[in-house]
Amino acid sequence: MSLKDKLITSYFAVEDYIDADSHIHDLRNTAIKSFEEKGFPTKKEEAWKYTPLNAILKEDYCVFPKKENTIEFKDVKKYFLHEIDTYKIVFIDGIYSSFLSETTHDKVDVCLLSAALSKPKYKAVIENYFNKVAKDDSLTSLNTAFAKEGAYIVIPKHREVEKPIEIINFATGNEAALFLQPRNLIVVEENAHVQIIERHQSLTSNPVFTNVVTEIFTEKNASIDYYKIQNDNHSASLIDSTFLLQEQGSNACVHTFSFGGKLTRNNLNFYQKGERNNSTLKGVTIIEENQLVDHHTLVNHIAPNCESHQNYKGIFAGKSTGVFNGKIIVEKEAQKTDAFQQNNNILITDNATINSKPQLEIFADDVKCSHGCTIGQLDEEAMFYMQTRGIHKKEAQALLMFAFASNVLESVKIPELKARITKLIANKIGVDLGFNL
Amino acid sequence: MLQIKNLHAGIDNEEILKGINLEVKAGEIHAIMGPNGSGKSTLASVIAGKEEFEVTQGSISFEHEDIAALAPEERAHKGIFLSFQYPIEIPGVSVTNFIKTAINEGRKAKGMVDMPASEMLKMIREKAELLEMDRKFLSRSLNEGFSGGEKKRNEIFQMAMLEPKLAILDETDSGLDIDALRIVANGVNKLRNDKNAILVITHYQRLLDYIVPDFVHVLLDGKIVKSGTKELAYELEERGYDWIKEEVKIV
Repeated sequence: MSLKDKLITSYFAVEDYIDADSHIHDLRNTAIKSFEEKGFPTKKEEAWKYTPLNAILKEDYCVFPKKENTIEFKDVKKYFLHEIDTYKIVFIDGIYSSFLSETTHDKVDVCLLSAALSKPKYKAVIENYFNKVAKDDSLTSLNTAFAKEGAYIVIPKHREVEKPIEIINFATGNEAALFLQPRNLIVVEENAHVQIIERHQSLTSNPVFTNVVTEIFTEKNASIDYYKIQNDNHSASLIDSTFLLQEQGSNACVHTFSFGGKLTRNNLNFYQKGERNNSTLKGVTIIEENQLVDHHTLVNHIAPNCESHQNYKGIFAGKSTGVFNGKIIVEKEAQKTDAFQQNNNILITDNATINSKPQLEIFADDVKCSHGCTIGQLDEEAMFYMQTRGIHKKEAQALLMFAFASNVLESVKIPELKARITKLIANKIGVDLGFNL
Repeated sequence: MLQIKNLHAGIDNEEILKGINLEVKAGEIHAIMGPNGSGKSTLASVIAGKEEFEVTQGSISFEHEDIAALAPEERAHKGIFLSFQYPIEIPGVSVTNFIKTAINEGRKAKGMVDMPASEMLKMIREKAELLEMDRKFLSRSLNEGFSGGEKKRNEIFQMAMLEPKLAILDETDSGLDIDALRIVANGVNKLRNDKNAILVITHYQRLLDYIVPDFVHVLLDGKIVKSGTKELAYELEERGYDWIKEEVKIV
């Protein structure tokens, strides 16, 4: 049975269990129909031209984790930002781990979607926000149909969460192959601020396929800093669809660090509904062997006087493949938009590939939009310069790559996280950080 | 120290250096002058080991060892330093960290352990002072957003830190105002001793007022056509290069 058939069959098997009498039930039914019609995307679709899913879909995935698995904290400590105090929402094989988590209901809600979907006190928020910005493409629909568990974060008005929140999804490898569909809902109310770190981590080399959907709402003057750490092992694949709806004067910044995984697809969608919004999208991709990382970004400028900044850097070695498709839509009403997009790539080997495509659709006439894309090798002159100072060619290459990638980190606001990522980048590149950068 | 014999070198089958002969001894300062396109920077790059250039004939030896097959970093480890006409910007790597890496790579090549941090710091302070460099300057990204003068000062700072036996200064005076020129030249002079040598590559005589050469060579169309003492530099300043071209033709 194909994965698609398996999923549809299992949906009808479980459909009645889940919130049969709520409006969510209708959403799910619509969503599964949408997935049934569309199926998994294929290379025939323009948006999936360079990102073939067929090899991943062939595995015989377990779609419902059967039992609660446990992990010792000491075995996974390194995946947490343990240097500082954080809230933690941790899932093991898709199931909430109260042992590893640290949630809160003190003034802010940092808890579980499963609770929010079932308890009456969350009903209003769910009705107002759940599935309100997520689109009905096939993979998002598939997630909506099965959406059951994930992070539920609501930061009320004027509240600044002092601790960053970590959302971590572990896969134990207790299943031969595992399919996961976390669903996160994040609402940052007026003037509130939050920092979130998300990561997916498989603990064995058993195949894992994650189809995660995250909806983020920033109300008036709210701000969010969101960091995605994609450094999973090479048998794990991730399709991440994130949708942000920004109200007036809000600030949303998403950093995506893609170093690991077999196939990683990021669909990052910003909708600027109110005026004077600021959106920042940054990414560093460093991959090798047969890895693939695909960034599809969309910034939809709907209202006037908004800004967006995109800066994606990629370093591709081995036979790896990179995709960057950056779409900016400036609607007719969105005058005085300032949209900037930059995508720079370095190909280290002859067999590495990057497909980079800016896509600007501008319907307003008083806007500033700029984009730039470079694909190159390392600068020979810069290498020679360093060599004349006695630095070996390999070390010079590494320093140059490090310099290329690390300037994206300037905007990372959590110093401990910045130090972590700096080290990760240094490790990936093989630069000897005998000094403090 | 440096011996160049009948050196022919070029790029993409185009010969740029057409038989250079040059000998530089310890304690000497040599100046290479010549009009644009005469091959001055190529000569500097070939001595430093730039791989783009192919040596087709002749030899380069440094301290009696043929260095033609060595990589640029290996030549650096032996004590050759090239100050760039256009120093490269490397964002994200500070001046301090860059020089630390360079020094320790050199020490590693000699089988030495890393320089202790305190010693490194002391040396950095001393040499920065020598070049009248601000402390803040040292934590900035290498050459990024530096003015022309700052870039050149940073080159000589690195030279001071690396203490080369042979320093090649490629158009170090270009883009410098008179104050910066004085600081840079002063730095170079203080680094001079009877064990090292300097090869100054320049367009103008101006720098040679400050860094006084023992020998001046005129490079024309890939060949050294005339050598003399510092007076030759004044003559070139006054009369230009045309008279030498005429002389060469007659010969």
